[in-house]
Amino acid sequence: MHNFNYHLAADVQDAVAKLSKSEDGKIISGGMTLLPTLKNRLSAPSDLIDLGNIDALRGVVVSKTEVTIKGMTCHADVAANADLQRVLPALANLAGIIGDPAVRHRGTIGGSVANADPAADYPAAVVGLDGVVETNQRRINGDDFFISLFETALEPNEVITAVHFKVPDAAHYMKFRHPASGYAVVGVMVARYGKKVRVAVTGAGPNVFRVPAMEAALEQNFAPEAIANVAVDADDLLGDMHCSAEYRAHMVGVYARRAVAAIVG
Amino acid sequence: MGEFAMGQPVARFEDPRLLRGGGRYIDDLVLPNMAHGYVLRSPHAHAKILSIDTSAAQKLPGVLAVLTGQDWADSTFADLPTATGRKRRDGTPMYRPPFPGLVKDRVRYVGDCVAFVVAKTIAQAMEAAELIEIDYEPLPAITSTADAILPDAPRVWEETPDNIHFVHTEGDKAATDAAFAKAHHIAKQRLVLTRVTAASMETRGAVGDYDAAADRYTIYSPLQRALVFRAELMTTLRVPESKIRVVAGDIGGSFGMKSGVFNEVGIVLLASKIVGRPVKWISTRSDSFLCDAHGRDNVTDVELALDKDGKFLGMRVKTIAAVGSYTQPGSESGPVGNLGTLAGVYTTPAIDVDVTAVFTNTNPMRPYRGNGRPEAAYVVERIIDVAADEMGIDPVELRRRNLIPPEAMPYKTALSFKIDCGEFEKNMDMALVMGDYAGFEARRAAARKRGKLRGIGVSNSIERAAAPGFEGSEIRFDRTGSVTVLSGAVTQGQGHETAFKQIVCDDLGVSPNDVHYLQGDTDQVFFGEGTGGSRTAGIGGSALKMATTKIIDKAKKIASHMMKVDDVECVEGLLTSRSSNRSMTMKEIAKASLDPKNLPVGMEAGLNASAVYTAHVQNYPNGTHVCEVEIDEETGQVELVEYNVVDDVGNVINPLLLKGQIYGGVAQGVGQILMEEIRFDPESGQNLSGSFMDYAMPRAEHFPHITVKSSPVPTQTNLLGVKGAGEAGCVGAMPALANALVDAMSHLGVKHIEMPATPERVWRTMEAAKAARA
Ligand SMILES: Cc1cc2nc3c(=O)[nH]c(=O)nc-3n(C[C@H](O)[C@H](O)[C@H](O)COP(=O)(O)OP(=O)(O)OC[C@H]3O[C@@H](n4cnc5c(N)ncnc54)[C@H](O)[C@@H]3O)c2cc1C
Repeated sequence: MHNFNYHLAADVQDAVAKLSKSEDGKIISGGMTLLPTLKNRLSAPSDLIDLGNIDALRGVVVSKTEVTIKGMTCHADVAANADLQRVLPALANLAGIIGDPAVRHRGTIGGSVANADPAADYPAAVVGLDGVVETNQRRINGDDFFISLFETALEPNEVITAVHFKVPDAAHYMKFRHPASGYAVVGVMVARYGKKVRVAVTGAGPNVFRVPAMEAALEQNFAPEAIANVAVDADDLLGDMHCSAEYRAHMVGVYARRAVAAIVG
Repeated sequence: MGEFAMGQPVARFEDPRLLRGGGRYIDDLVLPNMAHGYVLRSPHAHAKILSIDTSAAQKLPGVLAVLTGQDWADSTFADLPTATGRKRRDGTPMYRPPFPGLVKDRVRYVGDCVAFVVAKTIAQAMEAAELIEIDYEPLPAITSTADAILPDAPRVWEETPDNIHFVHTEGDKAATDAAFAKAHHIAKQRLVLTRVTAASMETRGAVGDYDAAADRYTIYSPLQRALVFRAELMTTLRVPESKIRVVAGDIGGSFGMKSGVFNEVGIVLLASKIVGRPVKWISTRSDSFLCDAHGRDNVTDVELALDKDGKFLGMRVKTIAAVGSYTQPGSESGPVGNLGTLAGVYTTPAIDVDVTAVFTNTNPMRPYRGNGRPEAAYVVERIIDVAADEMGIDPVELRRRNLIPPEAMPYKTALSFKIDCGEFEKNMDMALVMGDYAGFEARRAAARKRGKLRGIGVSNSIERAAAPGFEGSEIRFDRTGSVTVLSGAVTQGQGHETAFKQIVCDDLGVSPNDVHYLQGDTDQVFFGEGTGGSRTAGIGGSALKMATTKIIDKAKKIASHMMKVDDVECVEGLLTSRSSNRSMTMKEIAKASLDPKNLPVGMEAGLNASAVYTAHVQNYPNGTHVCEVEIDEETGQVELVEYNVVDDVGNVINPLLLKGQIYGGVAQGVGQILMEEIRFDPESGQNLSGSFMDYAMPRAEHFPHITVKSSPVPTQTNLLGVKGAGEAGCVGAMPALANALVDAMSHLGVKHIEMPATPERVWRTMEAAKAARA
């Protein structure tokens, strides 16, 4: 680890002020991603601005139409929220299968979304559940937030304060866990809003993506067989030593069908 | 039966201390004035070092020394000890590559030790290491074991143009050829035993402390054989052994990996001598993937010849095994030391084995739990299933037709084993009942309805444990009658403290609260060979039994003298005379033994005994594993749903310890079959599985309950009748699980699946089989 200046931010404004003042500062939330990169000397920020003391950034607010998860809420708190389990269980379940217990008690939704790891779970929810990412400056539509591998629409000194999700009629998240890391090799969120359907896929590609052909087919007939012949193109997907692009493409199909089957019951 | 008697499930004495953070592992050691070292490692799999410039690093605040290969070469130290004793095919001695602590002009694997920075803090050392400038000229590298012998493969060592380290043959080639000539059926299969890493919970580490005044070296490091380690280290330090103290401390897992004298051990001692302070080096987890010795890694072609009834006539095994870039004493044993297991528990009359050990630009290899035993069991038990499938015989029935019957004991197999005892059919039948083999087809059909392919796999295995050798032990009663027990064995987590205290408490009637167990310090332990190869219960336990027997003999004499009787018996440590109806405890005798008036004339004062037990022959733990898997046909995901083990490890000292050993061994075998693998990029030679984000370890969630039952056939090869138990679980697990996987897919035409059977590989195997059928 290289040396850095450490600041405990009093509130969001203070965090942003400290971030803008620093030479090459970084926000630290749960530190689950940032700390390993610091320890391995892969990153050397001049300043770390810790959001850990800002209680206003923690909490889950559930209404009939919208779920709001504040930026510093850890995955375990999302998973355990009783209102959320009732209103949008797919999202609580997604949070409950991120990494391991230690990671779930430290890692935050703000950190996860800001980091935009292609194998992270939350992006499937942000896009699949018609989400909006709220920052100290603005509201960004989920569909426009993730640009590519580890790249988002965030500006340099922008801090995520909350993520909003639209409550669907029904939704289900299916995840194929990486056997070593627990991250999503393929994660599929299927959500139905009246006649509209969203299918969002994480893990498989360099960036979370929707599958319009599946959405259209499911809007016609919300049943697993409706998408039996809808394939995603392996050419657009990631391949590595664990899973080839072809296998990921196959798994997107299988898991989308299973998610639909789980919703249909 | 006493509370601590053989067979009692005594809870581990060491656990409260270890679980509460009271362990003293290598990183817990802090010595006054201690400096910290960081090893700068090669980023290339193979390269020439054209130049090294350490001047900027030397100038950084806190830096005490920067050592390079030149410093190692200029020092009084010799290179590290290497493997000996094997030959090439033409009978010439094998090439023994030099193994310096730090390399000077050439790196041979990613992780090779190039420079060592010593500083007041580890942060300063790491900072300085980044300032070392090294000019490398990358060379082509070979990391594939199978390809290492190809004519155009890059050479790891100029001295071995064919990359062949040594060749070993075993068995009877002519008899095997003759057997194959009259075969009704020959089953053939290529099997790739992947490379894995021990991933011990505690990484390696070392603290070197040179005492200039006494001209004496102390090394603190996790290891397996403290006194053997000292003897090996002596050749490097070029001082008498008595000038070296080796201290092991608690050890957080080794599995063979920590058994050698590694570069960093030599380096911290050299550094300590140079900077005049103790020097600590601790491997980070990232380091451990790069620089720990690896295990397994061979490519084997096996053929089994059978007659028309399925009797095994002969077996041929041809293996290419990796030794990596450098060798160490014992590293040659992985490919050849346990080939006896290839004969299995069967009567196969002729076997021909041919092993070629090759250098590759990869980490050095060490024994890894089983050290060739799981590899060999995998080979024989897989080829039996292949043959059964091809001949249309039930795999259990095929095994049954070839088992060595108990009446045939002692039985000399076609390879090296002379099995003293074992009831193999009984083990198998017991395990088949536990695993309800008879009812399996109904479970398969039920699973099919749920979209799952269910398979069952069986393995019988046998291995050599407690190879001939010695172990030392000592029992010291102090003035107040409490006890210190010392052993040359070195627990790395197995629970020696519990097993040994059980023996002492049961034999001598002392309370475990009065007993302190001490190991791994060569200034304390007088003799021993350490722990490895499933030897400690048998050999170390027998040594302790000898010592308790000596104590009892002496105590009886003292008691007779004091009570003035001649009928003293010792029962669970109580010295009793029937005729006088009097008795004394061992504690009382121990206290009394320090007063000359209580001793017969000529007897030495005190109640102490040391013993060295010599094992002249090994023993043969064996057992049967039966497991079931379910495969998700759409995704290829595998779930292990049933696991049953019957083991014959002879008498059981403590069933809790035994089960722990079997569970852990099974987990390691399952890990290798389903997920673990060290992989190198074939072009660059980079280690692609360098962290737990890429190297998958089995977790509790991957296992069903494992049912373990013992079917002990006590061995006469040692005083306790115990056979080894440390490796058995791993030996049986690999083939049982692999057989279950193939069985689940065999209706599709699948004959074999390589390890690790990741979901994608399983899916592709099924798809390829379906395509071939279509
Ligand atoms: C072993 C392991 C397993 C994991 N498994 C999974 C998994 O299965 N699925 C999954 O989705 N994730 C997984 N993760 C990731 C984890 O869940 C966290 O979500 C992730 O590490 C980021 O959250 P954090 O709060 O720790 O962020 P940090 O590490 O603190 O920060 C990450 C990045 O985001 C920036 N940042 C943090 N907070 C904000 C904010 N509010 N606004 C703007 N920028 C911000 C930081 O500057 C930094 O660049 C795993 C992590 C580990 C270590």
